[in-house]
Amino acid sequence: MNDDSMTCKELVELVTAYFEDALDPHTRARVETHLKKCDGCRNYLEQFRVTVRTLGRIRDEHLDPGFREKLLTAFRDWG
Amino acid sequence: MHPARMLPLPVEFRPTATFVRDGMRAAVMILPILSIAEPIPWVSMPGTLRGESADESALIASLRDGDETVFARLVDRYTPAMLRVARGYVPSHEIAEEVVQETWIALIKGISKFECRSSLRTWLFTVMINIAKQRGVRERRSVDAEIAAFTCGTVDPALFRGPNEEWPGDWKNWKEYPRAFPETPEGSVLADELVAVARAELDRLPDRQRMVVALRDILGFESSEVCEMLDISIANQRVLLHRGRAAVRQVLESYLGVGP
Repeated sequence: MNDDSMTCKELVELVTAYFEDALDPHTRARVETHLKKCDGCRNYLEQFRVTVRTLGRIRDEHLDPGFREKLLTAFRDWG
Repeated sequence: MHPARMLPLPVEFRPTATFVRDGMRAAVMILPILSIAEPIPWVSMPGTLRGESADESALIASLRDGDETVFARLVDRYTPAMLRVARGYVPSHEIAEEVVQETWIALIKGISKFECRSSLRTWLFTVMINIAKQRGVRERRSVDAEIAAFTCGTVDPALFRGPNEEWPGDWKNWKEYPRAFPETPEGSVLADELVAVARAELDRLPDRQRMVVALRDILGFESSEVCEMLDISIANQRVLLHRGRAAVRQVLESYLGVGP
C-alpha cells in the first residue's frame, strides 16, 4: 500500500463519474489500480451497471386512462 | 464523441406570432430551439424511449396531418416521464397533470411551426419544465444548498473498516461483501421484478434526484441536455445522478438477497 492508493469508501462515490469518463487521468488510474486488486469493488461496479441497465428498462405502461383521453381529445379538437 | 456534443447546446429564443395570437403564457411563447447539428446518439437504441429521432420528420409531418394514432403513441411514450419530472416542481399530482396537459397543447398548437432543429422530446421536456417552473409554488431551496447538505456517502459507513483498523476505508470483509448480483437475463421474471423494484424506489427519491435519474437513465438524455433543462452544473447533475442510482442499487441488492 502507498499513499496514492484509493480506499473502497472513496471508490464507491466515483462510480458514476467513472462511467461517464469524467475523472481526471490520475484519479481514473487510481480507480483502475484499485479495481484490479479488489473483488468487492468490482462487484459493486457491476451491481451499479446492472442498476443503470435496470433503470433504463423502466416503462410506464399505466397512464391514467381519463387523463390520456383528455389529451387525445385536445388533439382531436385542434385538428 | 463529436467535440460539438461536449459544448453546452446553444439555445435560441424565438417568440412567434402564432403563440402570441393563441394567448399562450409567456413561458411557452419563448420556445427554446436547441440546435443539434448531428444525428442524435440514442437513435440506435430501438425499442426504448430513446428511439424517436430517426423518423422524426415523418413523425412531425403525421402530427401536422392530424394523425391521432401517432399523437397517442407519443403521449403514451412520454407522458408518464413528463409527470414524474413535473412533480418535482409542483406541489401535487393534479398540478403536474395540468402542466403536462399544457405542454401537449403547446405542441399541438405549435406543431405547424415546429422546426426539426431540436429533437421533439427535447422540445417537450424543455417547454414542460418552463411551464412547471411558472406553476411551481412550492418553496425550494437552491440546488446548490441541497447538494451541499449531502455530507455522508452513498454507502453505509458501517460496511467499511474504521480508522483504527487495518486498511481503513476498505470493505470490512471484501470476500463476503459486496457480492455479485445473480444473473437476470432480460425477459426473465426476476428481471421484470427488478424493474418494478427500481421503479418504486425511483418514485421515492428526492425530487431532484428523481428528475435527473429519469432524464438520464430512463429517457437517455445527455448530461449537457439535462444540465441545461434543469439549470444545474454538470458536477451537481452528477452528484444527483449518483445518489439516485446508489439508492436504487441498494434496494435491488436487498431484493436480490445479497445485501450485507
